[in-house]
Formats: sequence, C-alpha cells, structure tokens
Amino acid sequence: MIGSFRHPRESGDPVGVERFARSPVRWVPAFAGMTILLSVLAAPIGAQDSLPPAPYAYRQLDDPEQEARAQQLMETLRCLACQSQSVADSDAPIAGDMRHQVRTRIAAGEEPEAIRAWMIERYGDYISYTPRMTASTWPLFVVPLFLLAALIFALTRRLGRKP
Amino acid sequence: MMRLGLKFWLPLAAFAALLGLFAFQLTQPKSDFVESAMIGKPMPDFSLRAAVPVRPGLSSEDLRDGNPKLLNVFASWCVPCIAEAPQLAALERAGANIVGVAIRDRQQDLQVFLARHGNPFSRIGADDLSELQLAIGSAGVPETFVIDGEGVIRYQHIGDIRDSDVPMLLEKLREVAK
Repeated sequence: MIGSFRHPRESGDPVGVERFARSPVRWVPAFAGMTILLSVLAAPIGAQDSLPPAPYAYRQLDDPEQEARAQQLMETLRCLACQSQSVADSDAPIAGDMRHQVRTRIAAGEEPEAIRAWMIERYGDYISYTPRMTASTWPLFVVPLFLLAALIFALTRRLGRKP
Repeated sequence: MMRLGLKFWLPLAAFAALLGLFAFQLTQPKSDFVESAMIGKPMPDFSLRAAVPVRPGLSSEDLRDGNPKLLNVFASWCVPCIAEAPQLAALERAGANIVGVAIRDRQQDLQVFLARHGNPFSRIGADDLSELQLAIGSAGVPETFVIDGEGVIRYQHIGDIRDSDVPMLLEKLREVAK
C-alpha cells in the first residue's frame, strides 16, 4: 500500500474512508475539537473581565487636535497591569479605562499635564514615563552638568599650559 | 616600586563604590507592586450604584460614618479573589465591616461568585470603568484598603489576603479606630 496510490473507487473504498483513516489529516478534527475544548476550559482563567471596553478605550476623539493631545499623554503614562507598556500600547482592561478617562477629560477641556499630575498624585512618579526633577532624581540632572564643567576646566587648563 | 598616589586610588575607590552600588541594587528583589500614593489622604467623593440587589451601593458618605472599614477591590473574574474569600469571611466573623468595590463586573457573574465563595460585604458598589479604582491609586485586583471612620485611606494591602494577613488587618482596623 505504501508508496502506491490507488484510486478510492478501485480500492473498494468508494468514499475514501480507508485513505482518510490512514492519512495524517485524520487528526485534524481531533485537534480542532481539542483546541475548542481547551479554549473553553481556559476561558475563566484567561478572561480579564466580563464587560465590554470603556466607550473611549478604543474610540478616538472627534476633534483631531484633542485626540493628538490625548495620544501624546497616553503614550507617556505607564500601564499598571503590564508595567513596561504605555497606556496607549496596552490592551489590558485597566489601560482601556485609563484611555477612556484621559480622552473624556481632555474632551472636557482639562490640560494633559493636569491629568498627569492627577495620576502621579494617585500612583506616584512611577505612573509617568516623563522624568521629573524631584528630591531623589535631581542628581541625574546635575551630575552630567558637573562632569561637563569638570571636563571643560581640565581641558582649558591643559591646553592653556602649552605656549 | 613606583608609589601610587591619591590620583590613582581616589578614582579607583570611586569606581569600586559604584560597582558595589550596582551589585547591591541588582541583587535586591524587585517589587512589581505599584503602591497607592493616597495613603493618609481622604477618600475622593464618589457614588457607586449597587452591584447586586442583595446589597446597597457604596458612596464616599458611607465611609465617613465614624466606623473604620475594609474596602475590598475585587471582581468575579479575578482568580486570587477566590483564594482570599475564606480570609475575608474570617475577617467578617472577627467583626470587620467590609465593603466591596466590584471592578468591571456583570450582576449575574457577581451573584454566582458570591453564592459560590460567600458574601462578606455589607455594601457592594459597581465600578464599571475602574473610575474609583484609579481615583484611589489601586493598580489591580484584589486589593484591600483600610479606611478610618472619617473616610481617610490609612493602609493598602496589595494582592490576595493570606491567613497571616488576617490578624494584621484586624490590628490595622483597631489602630485607626483609636
């Protein structure tokens, strides 16, 4: 049988049952069934929540200028569920709810920086990707200036010594 | 032998100190928790409709009635919330007043969840757009906040409540009652 192909009609297997039973294709329905079964079983664990996304989670604002400002802010806010993504990048439900909040507030006339400040008031600096100068971060801004000044000082002294 | 002066040792010491700092920080366990910055601040004004018919909804007024409460942020779709159900029941038996905030939940799902895992809540508010959750700096479910009688947030517990957390939370409630 192997290596030789016989037409189903000649093989006494008119509908191809025998051929089907021997071919790897016979596993397809089993795999399909298994996949459906597993996805149904996994649903309660994989499910994030049971409600549809917030109205403005995936809908842009009608005013393109407002939407651009919302987008700019959302790209610099950290998603709380998936902490290396921005709110604009994430499909986590809480990120959707944050986008909804950002968009509706900007539509209501609130300034993006006021919304950022509101978020920082609740979650700390961690929520914002835009660095701020604070009591713990000021060396990051000052040290490079100090090093640059030291370099210029050393260079001018060394170059100035030569005739 | 050539004598090495301060010009050699000082930068080397600075470099070694920097390496030491990196080694120390890199071996510190990383925390994925985003803590709320609202501890010590009053609960924002809010009013949530009742999430299920058997319990009233929740508003900021309810939290200013003079009695400390546990505010449990949970959802029927949240697996660790099932794990902490027995501990919430134990807290309720010990006299804690627990109010619930159901995040992005449907009434029928909540009813099944409460029937299956118990209902330790005196009130359950529905937070369909995570608005209250964002307003109090909660980053996920489950989280449990200790609210004093004046409605001020006094403590945040992130993640499910374990057995060992039960006496700790009861102690926090006693502390804020003073």
